[in-house]
Amino acid sequence: MMTEQETNTLTGPELLKAYEDNWQTAMGAWFPGERVVLRGKDVFTELNDCSWMEYIVYAVTGKKNPKLAKIIEGLSLLSTSYPDPRLWNNRIAALAGTSRSTGALALSAGIAASEATIYGLKPIIGALDFLYRAVEKKSTGISIEAIVKEELKANRCISGYGRPLTNVDERIAPALRFLSTIEADDGDFLKLAFEIENYLKGSRYKYRMNIAAISAATAADLGVTVDEYYYTNTLAFIGGILPCHLDAKNKPEGTFYPLAVDRINSTATANRTWAN
Amino acid sequence: MTDNSEKEREQITTKIWREEAEPDNPFAAAKSYCAGFDVYGDLLGKISLIEYIWLLFKLDPPSKAQARMLEGLAVALANPGPRDHSVRGAMNAGVGGSTRASALIAAISIGAGNLGGAREVFTAMQYWQQCGTDLESWIDIINNPPREERADVWPEMEHTPGFDPNGASCPTPVKQVLDHLTAIEHSETLVWLQAQRQTLEHHAASPLAFSGVAAATLFALGFQPEEAEILFLLLRLPGAAVHALEQEKMGWNRYPFFGDGLTLTDDPGPVKNDD
Repeated sequence: MMTEQETNTLTGPELLKAYEDNWQTAMGAWFPGERVVLRGKDVFTELNDCSWMEYIVYAVTGKKNPKLAKIIEGLSLLSTSYPDPRLWNNRIAALAGTSRSTGALALSAGIAASEATIYGLKPIIGALDFLYRAVEKKSTGISIEAIVKEELKANRCISGYGRPLTNVDERIAPALRFLSTIEADDGDFLKLAFEIENYLKGSRYKYRMNIAAISAATAADLGVTVDEYYYTNTLAFIGGILPCHLDAKNKPEGTFYPLAVDRINSTATANRTWAN
Repeated sequence: MTDNSEKEREQITTKIWREEAEPDNPFAAAKSYCAGFDVYGDLLGKISLIEYIWLLFKLDPPSKAQARMLEGLAVALANPGPRDHSVRGAMNAGVGGSTRASALIAAISIGAGNLGGAREVFTAMQYWQQCGTDLESWIDIINNPPREERADVWPEMEHTPGFDPNGASCPTPVKQVLDHLTAIEHSETLVWLQAQRQTLEHHAASPLAFSGVAAATLFALGFQPEEAEILFLLLRLPGAAVHALEQEKMGWNRYPFFGDGLTLTDDPGPVKNDD
């Protein structure tokens, strides 16, 4: 059996052949009837005291990081799990409820949609990515104003600042209160996030910080990578998705925001006949 | 409670669809029009499924050649076969007795990716938009692929989109599909791809794949990258569906589990549990 190092030089069908029935992994495995291992640790005896989110953080990062787990749990609760079925990912789950689909299908569709652009996962990782780039630029002496202007010029927006529907983010105060209870509210990245807001709110853009900037800055202060934060946050929305699904499922079928025919504003072309 | 008579009701704006209500039920359509055509009063019985899919995307009927090209591509993509990653995903749902929907969700989620999936078609379409039939541009983009500077939920492409990084020579079915689709209308894009295939494969150091033929065909037919991405997801589902159903009936013990195929390289070994 070839080791991973030996397969590195192979390409094409030879590479695939080397991997046939041969998955070598340090990630983990189940030994049927006996035990289970995750990243070199016995789950029943070495990881059994972890909280659920600590286990997920360890699975994703390979490091035990109870503080990160606490932050993800706390911020997921306070900022990404709103039980309002008008929010788009939650509405998907509610529609699955009113149409009497299953809970797992509702949840997975809701999670999949949470990888959105105007809210959800993309702004969360976008904000972390921006802060990491910003701190690098700042260390070379570039001003906050220049950093922000360059970002706006390249991307027309700044992840973590501004918000659809409302400019005020009511999540920030409770999030900061929570972060102070676990001493995660005075890191350098969090200060940088506020510095950027200070510039932006006084500028002609008038953007205020949104929760994604707080969340990202807190993660950055723990040295979490963009990838690690992405994967550990994929579950951040389920606390809002599930209740919205259940609520619609528990009401008469088909009654969640029904749409009458005249709710379609058609801009279609005039009526015509198909010619074969 | 909202008073509908006082407050303007929000609407869905669409140029695809128009409906007229049944006289006794404002929530049921008596007539539905797609791009101006009466779906149940006119199209039904006249239009083929592939023409209807074209109409939905394009809002105008296809020419005979366009419909034949899309139909040819649809047949080529309908079943990638049970070794394809996306179909395997569907079968894994089947053997475990998961919901039928989860089988298709698995096929879509897996078939969405950069390797042989819809995202690869999307990226390849962007290459077509940028390079057209200019060989120098293609060689340049293959050698210097665009890199996203900002973090994204999508992983970076690890190979030239439209080409199989794990391939050897161009597989016969890929060539057969390309030949068939090229012969229909001799579209400039496909004729060029046929002529330059080996040159491109040389530079990409890998053979043309189905995703590459799909991207070229959909580019030739005037689809946008995002339309091509979603069509590719859609057109590959029939195979995933039937293979999932078949394996569901056979059960997990007649389906590979790779029981001896895993080696744990970081193993603490049996741990004595004092309890």
